Amino acid sequence: MVLVFAESVNGTFKKAAFEAVTYGYQTAEVLGVACEAIVLGKAEDAGVLGKYGAAKVHQVADDSLNQLDGQVYAAVIAAAVEQLGAKVVILSHTSTGKSILGRLAARLNAGSVPAANAVPTNEGGVFAVRKPVYSGKAFANIAISSDIKLVSVTGNSIPPVEVAGEVAVSALDIAVPASRITVKEVSRMEGVTPLPEAELVVSAGRGMKGPENWGIIEALAEELGATTACSRPVSDVGWRPHHEHVGQTGIAIRPNLYIAAGISGAIQHLAGVNSSKTIVVINKDPEAPFFKAADYGVVGDLFDVVPRLTEAIRKHKQG
Amino acid sequence: MKLLVCVSKTPETTTKITFNGDQTALDTSGVQYIMNPYDEWYALVRALELKEALGAGTVTIINVGPAANDPVIRKGLAIGADEAVRIDKDGGSSLDVAQQIAAYAKENSFDMVFFGKETIDYNGSEVGAMTAELLDVPFVSFATKLEVEGNTATITRDIEGGEETLEVATPFALSAAKGLAEQRIPNMRGIMMAKRKPLNVVAAVETTNHTQVLSYDLPAEKSAVKLVDPEDMDELVRLLSEEAKVI
Repeated sequence: MVLVFAESVNGTFKKAAFEAVTYGYQTAEVLGVACEAIVLGKAEDAGVLGKYGAAKVHQVADDSLNQLDGQVYAAVIAAAVEQLGAKVVILSHTSTGKSILGRLAARLNAGSVPAANAVPTNEGGVFAVRKPVYSGKAFANIAISSDIKLVSVTGNSIPPVEVAGEVAVSALDIAVPASRITVKEVSRMEGVTPLPEAELVVSAGRGMKGPENWGIIEALAEELGATTACSRPVSDVGWRPHHEHVGQTGIAIRPNLYIAAGISGAIQHLAGVNSSKTIVVINKDPEAPFFKAADYGVVGDLFDVVPRLTEAIRKHKQG
Repeated sequence: MKLLVCVSKTPETTTKITFNGDQTALDTSGVQYIMNPYDEWYALVRALELKEALGAGTVTIINVGPAANDPVIRKGLAIGADEAVRIDKDGGSSLDVAQQIAAYAKENSFDMVFFGKETIDYNGSEVGAMTAELLDVPFVSFATKLEVEGNTATITRDIEGGEETLEVATPFALSAAKGLAEQRIPNMRGIMMAKRKPLNVVAAVETTNHTQVLSYDLPAEKSAVKLVDPEDMDELVRLLSEEAKVI
């Protein structure tokens, strides 16, 4: 059986959870086994996971699980894996998933592949998973040979697909160990899709000349329903907040559309965005290295081009 | 306070990635190696800062690898680590590396074990959590701030779309993200002193590998960029909608 850990934040599922269940369902189809899901802590209508292919949804509803602690989560999931007899465990490759995957692997003495971007294959009984390596410059196909196999799936690599209806949620009785960390404060941006989940991203760099000019970027992002991002130099000098920095030392993202204005495209920046499905580069320098990695390029002054693009999108939406 | 910093050797950031004939290993000809930037810039430097602030303690760096890794390890000593340990083993999965580090750390009990948030080659972000589990200690990933008072640490970490601040008592493990410290360049004195600092080579423990790389491949060549007239953004929108189908 394939068991998917479906992440919830404050009791609600994010897209990553539906992607993970879809990935688990497709993995189960490859193996010819069932897909089930597990939810920790409170989760409203966990039965919705059935739509994405979970034949059963298990919930450990202990209140202490409303706060994430990778050590506690790994202990509970490992107990569930043993109790339910799961052979493959799927997680999301999010900050939550990353804090659990390695612990589970050590606890279950199981092979793991982090950040998979395709459904596993099982040709000749060899369970193999594909993942990007060298910061997106290559891919590796990795075989897992242990009895229990662990995989985390990268966001935006497997679109959620509805295949069935909701299912009933059954309570799973597992003792929850005490946490050894005390969370003091959690701050999340409200009303904005976080960058790792965003399908559309508008990003800008030093070509903006100063933080006071970001209005045109925000207007474009708003018109598109996109999340804003920035390059490293811009976050280093404090023009934009640290959490917007995409690139090798910042966040790695793979949106459907990445629009980069006034970013030259240093290799460290590309490392964080080169898995994007479509890249649009706006730069007045036709020699900017980013054009080599772009699908569409606009050689021009971003202060003219960006507002024009915003207007064109507005017209497009009005159809 | 005893601090352990786990360091990895990775190809230099701008390395052009190619593989050998049967696509099963990196073509290492002409590849320059460096210490994994997250390990060096953030994990190691923050550990050194803590030791300096306390005016006591030791910073040990540990690497799992062959003798060819020694120059990278010496750089860690030049930046300021007191001593280094190399577990003598070439290759292995993340879990294997974690088991090697955990075996050493168990015997030499450390108050904090530092990792970089991920390596820039495998991008797995696994070894820290694995080692913490094997040591049965808490693990805080993607730390951007770390303050220590007595045996309690206050850590701020990146989470999706925000950050979280938490408290944890030693012993614990953490992975370092940008913001935790500022890169230090080793000076001539550090480089000279590094030559006299101990680099202990320790035999590896028995482990089993559960994963194996079958093959590598490169992304399909990007077709040449399609340039759009800067005056005609309606055309770009049409391409994004009809050709790329992303809006």
